[in-house]
Amino acid sequence: MRARVLVVDDDPALAEMLGIVLRSEGFLPSFVADGERALAAFREARPDIVLLDLMLPGMSGIDVCRAIRAEAGVPIVMLTAKSDTVDVVLGLESGADDYVVKPFKPKELVARMRARLRRGEDVAPELLTIGPGGNQITIDVPAHTVLRNGDEVKLTPLEFDLLVALARKPRQVFTREVLLEQVWGYRHAADTRLVNVHVQRLRAKIEPDPERPEVILTVRGVGYKAGTA
Amino acid sequence: MLRTPRPASLLANARRAWRQSLQLRVITITLASSGALVLTFGLVVGGLITNGLVNAKTGSELQVVRDGSASASAQLGLIIFNDPQLNSRVDSVLKSPSVVGRDQEVTLALLPDPSNTRLDDLEHIGLPDELTGAVHDMGFAQQRTYLDLGPGTGGRKLYLVFGRELDQAYLGKVQLFYLYPLDDVVQQADLVSNTIAITGVALVLMLGLVVFFVTRLVVSPVRVAARTAQRLSNGLLDQRMEVTGEDDLAALAASFNQMAENLQRHILRLEDMSRLQRRFTSDVSHELRTPLTTVRMAADLIFNTREDLDPVVARSAELLQTELDRFEGLLAELLEISRFDAGFAALDAEPANLGPLVERAVDRLRSVAERAGVEVEVDVPADPVVAEVDVRRVERILRNLIGNAIEHSEGRPVLVRLAAREGAAAVTVRDHGVGLKPGEEKLVFNRFWRADPSRARQTGGTGLGLSISAEDARLHGGWLEAWGAPGQGAQFRLTVPARAGDRLVSSPLRLVPTDFRPPVDAEPEPWSASAAPADEFDRLDPHRPASRPPAPRARDTAERPSSPGKSGKTARSGGAAARALRAARSTVADRGEPPVAVEPGDVDA
Repeated sequence: MRARVLVVDDDPALAEMLGIVLRSEGFLPSFVADGERALAAFREARPDIVLLDLMLPGMSGIDVCRAIRAEAGVPIVMLTAKSDTVDVVLGLESGADDYVVKPFKPKELVARMRARLRRGEDVAPELLTIGPGGNQITIDVPAHTVLRNGDEVKLTPLEFDLLVALARKPRQVFTREVLLEQVWGYRHAADTRLVNVHVQRLRAKIEPDPERPEVILTVRGVGYKAGTA
Repeated sequence: MLRTPRPASLLANARRAWRQSLQLRVITITLASSGALVLTFGLVVGGLITNGLVNAKTGSELQVVRDGSASASAQLGLIIFNDPQLNSRVDSVLKSPSVVGRDQEVTLALLPDPSNTRLDDLEHIGLPDELTGAVHDMGFAQQRTYLDLGPGTGGRKLYLVFGRELDQAYLGKVQLFYLYPLDDVVQQADLVSNTIAITGVALVLMLGLVVFFVTRLVVSPVRVAARTAQRLSNGLLDQRMEVTGEDDLAALAASFNQMAENLQRHILRLEDMSRLQRRFTSDVSHELRTPLTTVRMAADLIFNTREDLDPVVARSAELLQTELDRFEGLLAELLEISRFDAGFAALDAEPANLGPLVERAVDRLRSVAERAGVEVEVDVPADPVVAEVDVRRVERILRNLIGNAIEHSEGRPVLVRLAAREGAAAVTVRDHGVGLKPGEEKLVFNRFWRADPSRARQTGGTGLGLSISAEDARLHGGWLEAWGAPGQGAQFRLTVPARAGDRLVSSPLRLVPTDFRPPVDAEPEPWSASAAPADEFDRLDPHRPASRPPAPRARDTAERPSSPGKSGKTARSGGAAARALRAARSTVADRGEPPVAVEPGDVDA
């Protein structure tokens, strides 16, 4: 099945070029050029993945990102011209799963998209449980559901993947680089801010007090690990 | 119960108050000096008045004493020696009006001359010997003295005493004394002194009060100004002083406010400029990158289909591809530099193990190294080397240093070494390429600097890598230094503090590599790089330039005749060799003074 891609970018030349590349790579792209209409286009196109420029006329990319995230867990890859920490972190915090910095190589972009779309093909029945007694997190991997003390928690696919990666080997410490490879599919270590921001987002959903995490623990100077009972 | 402060702390408090309060100092000095002045004035005036009164008394009584003593002399002449009623006769003489004069206060006394042995029953009244002696010597004398003339005379008080020696036929030499009490004079003088004292004290107190108010008038605006300046310097740029009136203090306040306003305007303008610069950087970034992305994707598409294209077009596609890479790199580094220039670069430090970091950086450049046929050796200690660093920046520095070494090593091996010591971690990257010429150790960190502009570039370095690395190192509070000698390769050393924000004092690794061979014919000297003591690398710290001998200039080589074939070693003078060695040692790059390296002619030995 060909994956549907919604490209939100105001630069017509870039959008057209992206269309050419994406079609040649087997995607089904659709386009929208300003932030105001992005959400409507998203509802209409129901894409499998969104490519989102952060600087848009009308509504800013950050706001579009939040609005889409409020409705769906669809993977969002930001296209950004800014690599400053503030801009990238702001984008990730607003809900983007990954980002590519302009100018990017087409192969790089396609690899990032494929990594976000690759999922759940050959999943064996698997039930994982982590967290201390008072805050049990149960993960049904094939069903893509997460229960926190019996109540379902809505996670984006990326957050789900991150949680599963940690939960499959509780007590093992994962460096940010390893997580980047396992969850994001980066073969060479990239920006560890991706991991930091998404761990924060995940904690906000599953921890009673994100300031004092119990489920996903920070190992200072090394990385993260899943807490157990 | 109240605790009494210890005297030492009281003294210390007083001292501090004295040092800190201008007002206290002014008041104290005023009180002390005016008090001393009034005291002196009182004493002088009191003395002058007393003297004046006594002199008047002396003048008025002198004639009485002369006339009276003459009359007494005549009457005493009638008294015969051995008169049984001598005392009563003398008394009556001393009471006769012609002798006493008009003043009833006066007391007369007749005493035998110290040399008169015949009269020893006349009463003595305790006159000072000095006076009786003077009367004996000169016949007449006067003195002011305190005496007690017995009961009924008011005790011991001041008298003005006149004495005259009378030579009597029968009685022999006797001395007649007139004793005038000076009660009234003393009283008047006391009155004057008291008046002066009271007015003086009042004057001093008034003066103190006036000084207190005047100084407060001056000091309090100064204090307000100091406080306001403090607030200004703390960043409260809209702080101003209150201006009242038109006097000097108002002028002070007005000019202070003007200064503050100018300062505020300048700071705001600079902030605006900085903000604009950042906005500009950001905008340029976006505006340039979006079309570049399109170009890049189009070029990629063409590049991927180059087999089907005409050879000329295919080659063009290749060129387009590689130059786009270069252009992208350049753009990225330009933006990075402009971020540093705008002061927008922030350190995102966290504890990291530097060993894997170094290994990863080397691994990523493996393919480049293989292409260049360069072997990259890594020497990392077994124990983890943890330092608080911005991983992204340190990776970039390592990438730049190692890439640079590979590019310039000319096929010879590159050694990357990591070491840590208390408080600091260091990485050195050593290559054995052409090395650096004198002075180049500093230039390598300049933007767009190239070792040899005529040399063809092998890799797509932008010329900004080392500048950015130097900025990255500085952001860590670390050092990035270079060493090099022509023909002996170069070594770059990065030193970072183990804890972000700490100050570096030394580096765990030497900047001058251990395998560096200075000219072997040079006489060994204690500071030579090869025979250096263990703490040599500490002395090479750029922050301690004092221990370095003055570096000779490169002209040394020009003066020296080249002697190929012959035994050039012995031909060279000891002095020249020593200079050469010194020059070799001072190839250490630092940011303080221009370093100088050995010329090729010196190292070949």
